[in-house]
Amino acid sequence: MILLFEQLLNGLQFGAMLFMLASGLTLIFGIMGVVNLTHGSFYMVGAYCGAYALGQTGSFLAALVAGILGAGAWGVLVELVVIRRLYQRDHLYQVLATFGLILFTNEAVSLIFGRRPPLVDTPALLSGVVTLLPGFQYPVMRLAFIVTGALVAVGLWYLVNRTRIGMLVRAGADDRDMVDALGVDIRKLYTMVFALGALLCGLAGVMAAPLLAVEIGMGERVLITTFVVIVIGGVGSVRGAMAGALLIGMVDSLGRAFLPSLLSSLMAPEVATPLAAGLASASVYVLMAIVLIIRPLGLFPAR
Amino acid sequence: MFKRLGCAALASIVAGACIAAEPVKIGFITTLSTPAGYIGEDERDGFMLAVKEGGGKLGGVPIQLVIEDDGLKPASAKQAVDRMLQSGIRLYTGVNFSNVLAAVVPSVLKANATYVSLNPGPSAFAGDKCDPNYFVASYQNDAYHTAGGVAANELGFKRVVVLAPNYQAGRDAIAGFKRTYKGELLGEIYTKLDQSDFSVEIARIRSLKPDAIYQFHPGGAGINFAKQYSNAGLSKDIPMLMPNFSMDARMLEATGNAAEGFYTVGIWSQSLDNPQTKKFVSAFQQAYGRMPTDYAAQAYDTAQWIASGLKAVNGDLKKEAEFRGAMRKADFTSLRGKFALNTNQHPIQDLYLMHIVKGEGGKLVPKVVRKVVSDDKDIYAPLCKMPS
Repeated sequence: MILLFEQLLNGLQFGAMLFMLASGLTLIFGIMGVVNLTHGSFYMVGAYCGAYALGQTGSFLAALVAGILGAGAWGVLVELVVIRRLYQRDHLYQVLATFGLILFTNEAVSLIFGRRPPLVDTPALLSGVVTLLPGFQYPVMRLAFIVTGALVAVGLWYLVNRTRIGMLVRAGADDRDMVDALGVDIRKLYTMVFALGALLCGLAGVMAAPLLAVEIGMGERVLITTFVVIVIGGVGSVRGAMAGALLIGMVDSLGRAFLPSLLSSLMAPEVATPLAAGLASASVYVLMAIVLIIRPLGLFPAR
Repeated sequence: MFKRLGCAALASIVAGACIAAEPVKIGFITTLSTPAGYIGEDERDGFMLAVKEGGGKLGGVPIQLVIEDDGLKPASAKQAVDRMLQSGIRLYTGVNFSNVLAAVVPSVLKANATYVSLNPGPSAFAGDKCDPNYFVASYQNDAYHTAGGVAANELGFKRVVVLAPNYQAGRDAIAGFKRTYKGELLGEIYTKLDQSDFSVEIARIRSLKPDAIYQFHPGGAGINFAKQYSNAGLSKDIPMLMPNFSMDARMLEATGNAAEGFYTVGIWSQSLDNPQTKKFVSAFQQAYGRMPTDYAAQAYDTAQWIASGLKAVNGDLKKEAEFRGAMRKADFTSLRGKFALNTNQHPIQDLYLMHIVKGEGGKLVPKVVRKVVSDDKDIYAPLCKMPS
């Protein structure tokens, strides 16, 4: 029972992390129609900037600010210099250019920060474990991650549904040509959405840094799963990103947690162990296939 | 980026020692990009340190290192080695990963050139595919894990959970551990190859309540695992035992205090008590401003070994039989102390158990606890019919 509860929290935490990455990606994809493979790089840039600021100042707050600003600045630069030229082009050009940007960002980061993975300690306030139930302890850092994810979700909901910018974002997701025709400066809106996506990546990067290795290529590892999330949720929909992220987080965590014991009670261990490991790795893709069979546009399609 | 470290670059390092007419070229194909780039970097720098100490020479023979980045891709490594073979290079080393090695070594051996491995030692080349022109300066891949099993026995761990990524080297690691471990195996957990969050596995470990865990996750995954394990409060109750490359010097720096109390097993350690290791560690730190990893030490040993061979033939690699004979003598002072060669030209060596504790200034350092295996030989040597 405690194990189930703990694994549910793990799933929630993974979901929160995926949501921070996927919400930006889904807006960029849905509104601007850009397949942005560089998205994972913003996460890496955020983590590196945060790690650098933490090393210099020792303050996790400074790390948060540096990570968010660093990733946001890099996002704006990428949009202005590269992505802006590709809106009218085919997806293939966008994939090519943003893939090139992954390689460029990786090398640039290793030139600036070095190849050594920097040290990021858990801030004192968030270190250690907290007892949630008798006999059940959970790391504070992971709880903080879940709370941050929830705050981001509420903030995005407010931004998208209650502000003028959000109105334009929603309108852009529905019909960007019409928004353009109505005299809205769509280029400025695009830059803003792109920057927002990068900011959220930076936030996720800094929050993940005490738990994960800050290293070159860390963004690519989460990129594929992030794309799975927005495909499941429906491209362009923040609500979809939320649902997709939670679903993937839960399926991945619970699959890895309980498939091995479930299968080994059904069959011989030498068959069950590799089969469970394989199934757990494939579970999110199986989920994606099932969702796409039932709802080809995802759970909450934007248009 | 690191296309060719030619005469000019070398000269800048050794201040004009590169004037001799015909330096011996050594093909050094390694991984300098990708997240594993730091490993190739340490191997290159460890090797270069030996060349530098020899004044641009190994065994009195001027050396030119031709360095190529394989990007962790067997295909690029194969292309690089084919190019180098065409340009007439007869001696190779540097490759860091078993899968890349499997692409490089056959080409080298087919051209009757020599390969000296400074890191991987896959079982095939130790057994029926062994070759008189293929030498391993490091270890056979199983060595760490079988020694890990012995160490777990000696530390009195009765119930152990093992974890490794679900690919060939991971499965080999668990198989190697099981070969020597005598206690009860509570669970075998296979993680995804590119996994970065281990909360699920850590929760399972907590519920299984083992005496200890043995885990094999090199590079970034290992840093993640150690940090999250300590963050979940498990490192106080359940000790972690692992091969040295799951917690090398760079990883130790990146994990902060998370690795305190962990045990590692390896063929070498920065704290190994012999004069050549002390000299190497301080020279490396002075030259590059960081602690050398095992990879750097292995590369340094490889260079010393090659130096002994080159000295015997005075740099003339056309004297193949003589060069081979000199290499087989393994007449050099290894950082590991004892170093002998088995019939399959893989090392016979000791393995040590290290404990990661707070050293001077509160920084974590591995301390050698004791030798766990003496004169370790791999089990594949009997399968090798070495032609002379």
